[in-house]
Parts: sequence; C-alpha cells; structure tokens
Amino acid sequence: MSIFDGLKFRNISSPIHRIDPRAKFIYVCVLFVIAVLFNQLIPLLILLFSQIPLVIIAKVKREWLRLIRGSIFFATLIFVMNVISLYFYGNYPSVAYIIEYSLAMTVRFIVLIESFSLFFLTTSPDMLGLSLEQIGVPYEFCFAFTTAIRFVPVLAEEAQTIIDAQRARGLELESGNFIRRVKNYIPILIPLIVNAIRRSLELAEAMESRAWGASEKRTNIYVLKMGKKDYLFILLSLAMLLASIYVWMYIKIPFLTQILQI
Amino acid sequence: MIEVENVYFTYPNGVKALKGVSLKIADGEFVAIMGQNGAGKTTLVKHFNGLLKPTKGRVLIDGVDTRQVSVAKLSRKVGFVFQNPDHQLFSETVEDEISFALKNFRFDEKIIRERVDWALNLLDLVQYRKVSPFMLSGGERKRVALASVLAWDPKIIILDEPTLGQDSYQKERLRQFIIQMNQQGKTVIIVTHDIEFVVECEPRVILMANGRIIADGETREILTDPELINRSSLILPEITQVFTNLNDLGFPRNVIGVYEAKRLILERINGRT
Repeated sequence: MSIFDGLKFRNISSPIHRIDPRAKFIYVCVLFVIAVLFNQLIPLLILLFSQIPLVIIAKVKREWLRLIRGSIFFATLIFVMNVISLYFYGNYPSVAYIIEYSLAMTVRFIVLIESFSLFFLTTSPDMLGLSLEQIGVPYEFCFAFTTAIRFVPVLAEEAQTIIDAQRARGLELESGNFIRRVKNYIPILIPLIVNAIRRSLELAEAMESRAWGASEKRTNIYVLKMGKKDYLFILLSLAMLLASIYVWMYIKIPFLTQILQI
Repeated sequence: MIEVENVYFTYPNGVKALKGVSLKIADGEFVAIMGQNGAGKTTLVKHFNGLLKPTKGRVLIDGVDTRQVSVAKLSRKVGFVFQNPDHQLFSETVEDEISFALKNFRFDEKIIRERVDWALNLLDLVQYRKVSPFMLSGGERKRVALASVLAWDPKIIILDEPTLGQDSYQKERLRQFIIQMNQQGKTVIIVTHDIEFVVECEPRVILMANGRIIADGETREILTDPELINRSSLILPEITQVFTNLNDLGFPRNVIGVYEAKRLILERINGRT
C-alpha cells in the first residue's frame, strides 16, 4: 500500500460516502477557506482534530493516516522553511513565536491535505464526474477528468515496472548528490510520459471506434439528487464558514506564546 | 550458478506469488520457464537479479545471497531484458540507449565505445546508431532493449517473453542468437508462453502453476505430457498433437521435432512399400 492510497476512492458504505459529492465539495471548500483565514495555531489545531470524527464515521482511518504520515516530509519542509525565513527576514517578538507561527503553517498544510484526502477517499470518481456534469461542465471535460483519475493506478503500476527495468540496467536512484538524484529520475519519467501519451492516443482511437460522442445529448443511468441530509450538510458547512468569519472579524485570537507569556 | 532455496514471496498487496520454490540452475544452462499468467514466472526471475527479495527462503547467485548486494551489483552478472521495451527506452539515440547501462557500471570511455559497436553489430542495428529509439518499429525497439543489456556482457541472461510481437523471421534469428550465446557459455533463461518456440530450442523446461514448480526436465519429457500441459494452461506442440492422434497407428506420442516427425513418417511409408 502506498501513500497514494490515501487519495484513492475506498468503496465502502458509510454515511459520509452517501453524502452528495457537491455537498462534500462545498464542505472541503469551507475547510480550505477557514484554514487560510486563520494563522494562529489554536483554531488550526481545532480544525485539524475536527476531521477525525468524520474520518472514523467514513471508516477510512487507515488510508487517511497513511497519507498524513506520507505528507510528513513536506510538512517538515514547510516548517523548516518558515522558521528560516522568519528568523532571517521577519521581525518577530521571540523565537517561541517563530516556532508557533511555523507550526501553524504546517498544521494548515496538513488540514488542506487531510480534507482533500477525506473527500477523495469517500467520493467515487464516477460520482465526481457525474456531479461535474450536473453542474453544467461539458461532458468532454468530465470524461477527461474521470479518465485521468481512473488511470492513476495504472500509471503507478507502470512506473514500478519502469523503475525495475532501469534498476536492472544499473541505475541507482538513491546515489549521488541532490542534482544527481533528480537526474536519476529522467530514465524513469521519459518512458512513463511517452507511454502515457501513446496510451491516450490509443484510447482516443478505441473510443472513436465505439462511437464516442455520436449523440449530441446523452443521458445517464444515475442522476444525482440532493436529499434533505445533503442540504443539511451544506447548511452546517456554511454555518461553520459564517461563524469562522465572525470570529475572524470580531474576536482576536491570541497566540499561544501570548497566553503563556514567553 | 543460481540457487533458489524454498523461496516464498508475497507482494505488498497480499498476493502470494511464490509458495516454496526450490531450484538450481548451473552455469551455461539454457532454461525455459513456462506456465499460465499469474503462475509466478516473472516474480521468480525478478529474484535472480535482486529486484525482488524473498519473503522467506533465500536466493544465491554464485553463492552470494541476493539480500546482501544491490540490484546494480547483481545486474552486472545477471542481465534482465524486460518484456516491453517501452518500459526502458528513453535516450535520444540508440547509441546512447546502449551505453546507458555501461555508464552506470562505470566502464571506461574506450570500452564503452567498443561494446556499443559490438552490440549494434550483433543485433543488426548499426544503421540506427544515431536514430531515436522512439522512431523504430516494435520489433526493432525490442532488439535495442536486448542490445542494451547484452552490451555489458552479463554471465546470466534473462529474457522475459522475448518472442512477443516478433515475426517468424525475427523469432528464428532470436533462436539462433540465444543458442549461440548459450554455446559461448552463458546461462540463458527465457520466460515464455510460446511453446513452439521452446520446442525448437529444446532447453530444460520448468513449468510453474500457482506459485509452485510443477515440473522440471527435458523439453521432450515435459511438453508432451498432456496432464502437465493442461495444468499450466498451455496447448501441446502441434507436432505432438498430430502424433497423439496417430497413436493408435503405432506412432509414439512424445514427438516434438519436425525432422524427427518426418523421419518417423517416412520410415513407416518406406516400410510398407
């Protein structure tokens, strides 16, 4: 299992899975906005932990945790970059403040990742395409979108084969300095991209020979309908957004360093 | 010398691909590994250059445990030509493609040039030296992939489905070529479904099914056994099918070669007149 499984749809039945993709999308957008509104550690931490009940209800804890663990590298990078840039270029009251601020930025990143993950873990690509179509996105784009998602596992498998083939020719991915290591990936990326292009051309031909796009107006077997629960979910999300905006405008959230006087 | 000792292998997704495989392949042997899709053939040969490490048991190459050395180091000895050349071609010219591995193994400039020339000649690719591998046909790309591995002159050569997508002329060339390499003392291991190709080569045959070896022996003995053939989702060689049908006329069943078949039939005809 790779960390990318944290972004792959898990086909299980749960209340979260059954929520209309559009409603879930609004929820994720709300989370994004809130995460960007605040740059204090406390509200971001609340946001971080408030996802956990949803993840547990959706029964996707394992995959979700794996993605978060996988994002630790970038999270650390963000933390370190923030600390360095603030230390040298920012004006700051104390080192503790720098650390808190950098931590807050890191938590913001994880919040973005985790809400993304929750959305993709509980929404099937087909439903996603369908909801795009029903908001009025042209079918060609919806199809391209769902196909792209569907080909991710195929590409991942192919990448593994290519890595094996090049290692069998003496390529050592983990050797050398930074530039050398980036260069090491060229023999893997080129076949991967060339094959992807080749495959997409083949796919296009295969689709055309099966009369893709023959009828102007196509119908779907499934039609998404928003239910009471979905509207309620949207309402709750919007309420969350309004409450956050209110807090952001009228209540001054203290930094931890201010509370603790360090 | 390849020694496989009671090897089990489970993929990270839980698929048990090998369930207790033991095997010895001596230097200079010519071996064909056959069996249905998913029998574990490719998984097994990927253990020979360390791309996969056994979950249980061990694999020794010339007495060295594959878990103790890097894939790069093992590959110097064990050349692996993958099934699909498109999984490895990436260079701007055929020449660069062939020298890629040689550079990885840190050969001298001069030796690299010699080896590239040698490999281009060997596989009849000289006229494509400066051509992009992506401009070549499927069969030619396959030959470039083969050349890029043979160039460093590995002692053991593994070919995964070498006949796939080759026309009969190229297949015959490939066969002569494999036999020539084998006569030069190289260990050649092919993984294939192409029973007619194997019959013409007459190597030692290893049949696999369900992650286990179900038979190991001479081509004639293994590939004329209807029961074994059936278990590995193969079809008897055409000559054997004919002779199985002629069995009630007193012909033997275990005939695989065209010339042998011709001789037997002629003997019978001449015997009558």
